[in-house]
Amino acid sequence: MIFRQKLLLHPAAKPVLFAICLLPFAWLVYRVFANQLGANPAETLIRTTGEWTLRFICIVLAVTPLTVISNTPMLLRFRRMLGLFVYFYVVTHLLSYSWFDMGFDVLEIAKDIATRTFILVGFAAFVLLTPLAATSFNTAIRAMGLKRWRLLHQLVYVISGLGLLHFFWMRAGKNDFAEVFMYAAFIALLLVWRLQQFIKKKWLQPFMNARHQLLK
Amino acid sequence: MLIKPNASGFGHPGSSDITPQGIYQGRRELIKLMATGAAGVAVASWAGREALAQSVTKPGKLAALPGAKSAVAGAVTMEKVTDYKDVTTYNNFYEFGTDKSDPAKNAHTLVTKPWTVVIEGLVKQPKTWAFEDLIKLSAQEERIYRMRCVEGWSMVIPWVGYSLAELIKKVEPLGNAKYVEFITQADPKTMPFLGSRVIDWPYVEALRMDEAMHPLTLLTFGMYGEVLPNQNGAPVRLVVPWKYGFKSGKSLVKIRFTDKEPRTAWVKAAASEYGFYSNVNPNVDHPRWSQATERRIGEDGLLAKKRKTLMFNGYEAQVGQMYAGMDLKKFF
Repeated sequence: MIFRQKLLLHPAAKPVLFAICLLPFAWLVYRVFANQLGANPAETLIRTTGEWTLRFICIVLAVTPLTVISNTPMLLRFRRMLGLFVYFYVVTHLLSYSWFDMGFDVLEIAKDIATRTFILVGFAAFVLLTPLAATSFNTAIRAMGLKRWRLLHQLVYVISGLGLLHFFWMRAGKNDFAEVFMYAAFIALLLVWRLQQFIKKKWLQPFMNARHQLLK
Repeated sequence: MLIKPNASGFGHPGSSDITPQGIYQGRRELIKLMATGAAGVAVASWAGREALAQSVTKPGKLAALPGAKSAVAGAVTMEKVTDYKDVTTYNNFYEFGTDKSDPAKNAHTLVTKPWTVVIEGLVKQPKTWAFEDLIKLSAQEERIYRMRCVEGWSMVIPWVGYSLAELIKKVEPLGNAKYVEFITQADPKTMPFLGSRVIDWPYVEALRMDEAMHPLTLLTFGMYGEVLPNQNGAPVRLVVPWKYGFKSGKSLVKIRFTDKEPRTAWVKAAASEYGFYSNVNPNVDHPRWSQATERRIGEDGLLAKKRKTLMFNGYEAQVGQMYAGMDLKKFF
């Protein structure tokens, strides 16, 4: 316990985690220059950055349950940084698509967003993520007030739903859902845990308190 | 007067656009003259470029299967042939995995010897063909075709085979045979992904009789001057160059002649996204992929703009007349 605490509170903990989160990106950049992206490099870049966005959504949603279950409040120190990495990977995803698939043709991109539903859904998730990324520093929290800030950041649930739908519709074209279900199941598990916590707090706690009062 | 608007999906060239036979034959005479030296060695080499440009180098990986130069119109494109490595490592062959890098890793388990192809249904000569007899049915030709995948990428592949029409003529379809169905191998012992429910196995494709009889429709035994690698559909597959790649079934085990339009694998999986015809058509988008442009594998680098997709994958002159009057937006 003490060791874990020391490790998580160590001044190097954040920079180390930062570097780890950058590894998938660094590996991708290496593959670009080593010419290791396969026959269709553009497709590999777009898909890989998309997958890492989804993975970081899973990671950031797992922080709260992990904190509570393992009784390690220090973990929360890393949540905002992990959230920003979701944004980092979604931006690389959007840039890869806009650049390698669309040649930065703004008109074509707008047309594509309007005509292909799964692109629209993915783009909507990106748009919703932007205010979250823009308010992830202390001044923003202070300016907004913790309550409103928390409310805004509840958007992450909508965003993860949209991200999953985007992935689901992309794979639906090939009837290939195995991986989609994996991510969906993981995110559902984290949400069920939250729901259960919520029920415990809102309904069971008052009931327990009342019973406690009666027995006293 | 019968008016066929362009919206019906079939625009004929105006008669003024068509080069009269006499003139283009004249051009050929001129080129021949140049090539034979009348216009000097330098110009001759320019004229001979056509022949030189497409000498396909054998990768030296599998048994040789040479093919003679094909005389079929449109059978040899002048475009740069895609690298053998890309053609053999970037495949959609779901029996060996859904990732395009999977077949190259997993398809070594496919057993291609012995192999038979059953001909059945509405034919006078139903028969189980041994592979060794089938490959000898007609002379092997080299056909350099564009291959356009529904996912928005394309390749140029030198196939080796003969027109499927040769086999069809041999088995004598009955008068009521309207469609040809191609059933591919589905062996759970050698194909690891048959357990997945992505497709209703076996993978089935089909063509209308006139499409199957078209000389460009190739019963394919090899590529790059060698026999087919497993991941590309060994030992025998179909190649229909004016349709999206998935219409060209791999590792064929049965060819059936029917009077009803067969339910093909992708139509069964998602009828709203994949049609029976699935002709390459830049004007009809797939809900997930725009079909207006494509990326040529190995050529259009990361930063290159994608190239425009051509109607019928550029084979409109050869196959367009089969779809005259059909609404290609409806029959996509």
